[in-house]
Amino acid sequence: MSIDTETARRVAKLARIKVEDDALPALAQEFSAILGFIEQLNEVDVDGIEPMTSVTPQRLKRRTDVVTDGSQQAAVMKNAPDAREGFFAVPKVVE
Amino acid sequence: MTDLSKLTIASARDALRKGDVSSAELTNAYLGAIEGAGALNAFVHHTPDIANVQAAAADVRIKSGDAPDMCGIPLGIKDLFCTKGVPSQAASGILNGFKPEYESTVTTQLFDAGAVMLGKLNMDEFAMGSSNETSVYGNAVNPWKSDDRALTPGGSSGGSAAAVAADLCLGATGTDTGGSIRQPAAFTGITGIKPTYGRVSRWGVVAFASSLDQAGPMTKDVRDSAIMLEAMCGHDPKDSTSMDMAVPNFEAALTGDIKGKVIGIPKEYRMDGIPAAIEKLWEDGTAMLKDAGAVIRDITLPHTKYALPAYYVIAPAEASSNLARYDGVRFGHRAKLDAGDGITEMYEKTRAEGFGAEVQRRVMVGTYVLSAGFYDAYYNRARKVRALIKRDFDQVFAAGVDAILTPATPSAAFGLGEMVDADPIQMYLNDVFTVTVNLAGLPGIAVPAGVDANGLPLGLQLIGRPWEEGDLLNVAYALEQAAGFVAKPQKWW
Repeated sequence: MSIDTETARRVAKLARIKVEDDALPALAQEFSAILGFIEQLNEVDVDGIEPMTSVTPQRLKRRTDVVTDGSQQAAVMKNAPDAREGFFAVPKVVE
Repeated sequence: MTDLSKLTIASARDALRKGDVSSAELTNAYLGAIEGAGALNAFVHHTPDIANVQAAAADVRIKSGDAPDMCGIPLGIKDLFCTKGVPSQAASGILNGFKPEYESTVTTQLFDAGAVMLGKLNMDEFAMGSSNETSVYGNAVNPWKSDDRALTPGGSSGGSAAAVAADLCLGATGTDTGGSIRQPAAFTGITGIKPTYGRVSRWGVVAFASSLDQAGPMTKDVRDSAIMLEAMCGHDPKDSTSMDMAVPNFEAALTGDIKGKVIGIPKEYRMDGIPAAIEKLWEDGTAMLKDAGAVIRDITLPHTKYALPAYYVIAPAEASSNLARYDGVRFGHRAKLDAGDGITEMYEKTRAEGFGAEVQRRVMVGTYVLSAGFYDAYYNRARKVRALIKRDFDQVFAAGVDAILTPATPSAAFGLGEMVDADPIQMYLNDVFTVTVNLAGLPGIAVPAGVDANGLPLGLQLIGRPWEEGDLLNVAYALEQAAGFVAKPQKWW
């Protein structure tokens, strides 16, 4: 399958990665090569096969739905690029 | 002064217990070796202060007679592991300056056992790569050379492999999503094991592809891998996929007796274009196991060919989801914004600046295969093929095969920069022999078994039954004994 520049632009947007216009054709070409490689999977007969959800047979462990930690505001904020008064600061989201 | 090149975890443990050497002395010697090995670019964050404190504590503990095997043993830690108060960047610019407020379960267990952290090790960015060339820290360099070229130590655990091979530490943590412990181990003449999925906690290890990621040890020999793996294993309530199962004494499994063990040789791993030296190594390894009393059986794993394409759907899909958290809000890098930029521009600029080219490529491929209209055609189909790949192994093990022998890599270490102009798939082919093991969740170990015509190390891979790392390590031990690999890189750095 061949990926065009418009699709590459759309994927970059979905992935929230800024790609300059002049870089899109090369990116589209790389996607095409990778997807071409992946398309070998179409040769496999997968009729009646369930998609794997877990590689080990175990069921995910359950635990009681209770708070197990908390009260760590300072630790949570410590690495934030912009933290103010106990909040993460971001550009205005709603006009 | 101790000869670091001859020391192993096992021999250091014994010497520490006898009082022949102290952890402080060992640690000091390794810190000195690291200082002199800047050219390898293996250690990217140095933690001598932590190391000295840990070594002093270990010495007290050893004197008191309460010393686990790893007590006082100087290690390197892959940058993918979160270590409290110490930069943990997954070799990515997007985590520039990130110092976790918590400690990964694996490093917690190692430190509780008395191990000493010398520093953090180079790797491919977010563990995406096979040559350590996608790192924000620059390339790690293989201590082995065959001419004047600088060679890759492999990837993604390239810094770990280079550090162990160059005697900068006694062992290192690695992680393996498609071959990232075993391929660099093979490229540098060391041993590395990826345990069964669920054996080692993933908590506090920066996630790449959660259904494939497993941590494991990278060491100088099989015995050391057994010792260090045991310290890393165990159930962790903080990782929901961690198996609640007792951890055996892996070192005690190393008897070297493999009489009657059935070793499978999969015909699908005979691939076109594989160098003759690797074919020969595989034949020699087969003969060694046979001579040791194993029964050799030809087997078939019919879906092998589809493992890499399935991997390059599943791993990017999971990565695109895992890496969504790097958005410039809670930790790491945030791009400088222009007047009028909103939240979307912040995300897009931050991720464009913070992620390298290979990570961007994989995140976008993952986004594409998960997007509306393609989810079934790519992602669900890949998960079905993955089920078939696992079934291939299940059937072989059900028929009585104990372990499978294959080459570890399709070549010896190549030159840094030599793959720059190749398309990404050429680099992906490095994992052709290892990736099946991650898709099937099995334990796999790379053991150095010989050298090529240029004197570069080559490794063989053994694949074991799920949860039977002890048995697998024992077969690896028998292979190691028979192969007698003792070559070391000539020091040039």
